[in-house]
Amino acid sequence: MVIAISAAGSDMESRMDQRFGRAACFAIIDTETMKYEFLDNAAAAASGGAGISAAQTVADKNVKAVITGNVGPNAGKVLSAAGIEVYYGKDVTVKENAELFKKGSLEKITSSAPRHYGLRG
Amino acid sequence: MKIAVLSGKGGTGKTTVSASLAAAVGQCQYIDCDVEEPNGALFLNPRIESETPVYVQIPEVKEDKCDGCGDCARACMFNAIAVVKRKVIIFPELCHHCGACGIACTKNAVYEAPRQTGVIESGDNGMFLQGKLNIGEFITIPVINKLKQMMRNDIPVILDCTPGASCTVVKTISGTDFCVLVTEPTPFGLHDLKIAAALVKKMGIRFGVVINKAMDSDKSIQQYCARHNIAVLMEIPYERRIAENYSRGILPVHMDKTYKEKFIKLFNSIKAGAAS
Repeated sequence: MVIAISAAGSDMESRMDQRFGRAACFAIIDTETMKYEFLDNAAAAASGGAGISAAQTVADKNVKAVITGNVGPNAGKVLSAAGIEVYYGKDVTVKENAELFKKGSLEKITSSAPRHYGLRG
Repeated sequence: MKIAVLSGKGGTGKTTVSASLAAAVGQCQYIDCDVEEPNGALFLNPRIESETPVYVQIPEVKEDKCDGCGDCARACMFNAIAVVKRKVIIFPELCHHCGACGIACTKNAVYEAPRQTGVIESGDNGMFLQGKLNIGEFITIPVINKLKQMMRNDIPVILDCTPGASCTVVKTISGTDFCVLVTEPTPFGLHDLKIAAALVKKMGIRFGVVINKAMDSDKSIQQYCARHNIAVLMEIPYERRIAENYSRGILPVHMDKTYKEKFIKLFNSIKAGAAS
């Protein structure tokens, strides 16, 4: 299965980024082969609609699941329309989160965080 | 003559000055362009007679023509459109009504539909106007545009701006004959006055300063204005009496006759400044 993990940096040892829309990067990982690529998140510095743009980015990669900290309502709407499931990642590396997902030990998110939740200081 | 009253810093007395000016002059049109929180009506007590809705054009999609190519979403600079599973999802509140999605669509599937984002309230035979942006909206310009379309050309017009020096203020003051910069003798007042002065200079509009809450112990504004050759048109002293009346919705011009004369004098200085 192809999944996306929000990442603070562009390698497998980077921490997961708690934010979805404004994550620095996305790791696109095929969990069968563990082949991966990293995409810069073009929306990270957007003035608005970052979550929508980030959701579009991962949807265009045909991922089936997203692992991240929190997803806002707009991003949630796009991901759900794309049939993408969202899981709470742990505060560990991208690689460790991918492994936790494979073991089935990540919790599925069913409701979105309030708007701009990840921007709290 | 079109006069705009702005300040940079909020709470310096834009509405006190613009509403007092309107009340003192009498035969003029007062327009509250502080569309996120218009409050000139609290002092001028207009009889509201009509409401004009403000609409923006947002995209909608004809599903029978759309093939889900995603060109509209890629054209949107504001991330207001996503296309997943060949289905278009539009977020109207993020749309800036630029029309790029419609231009980008090669299937003629995007059309525009009106969405109301605010209202113009008109009172006292059109001598009082205020724009109100709907709760939750953040794009003020369409409401300002509508207000400015309703400006009278035969009598003086006083435009009460929002605080700051961003798009809303730029749109409000553009095309005016004179700007009144209201400030107060505090470090914040001076700091934001500099920004407002830089803005009106850049836009090539004549301007002068009104110092509200003026006090002898702080002459920082007078010194700045003297250094930069900016006219101080009026000083309103820092007085408890003014604040107490203000808290009851009573303007200085309604409080005492000498203020009416002072504001008429201010109006004459503005006229002279605009003509110079």
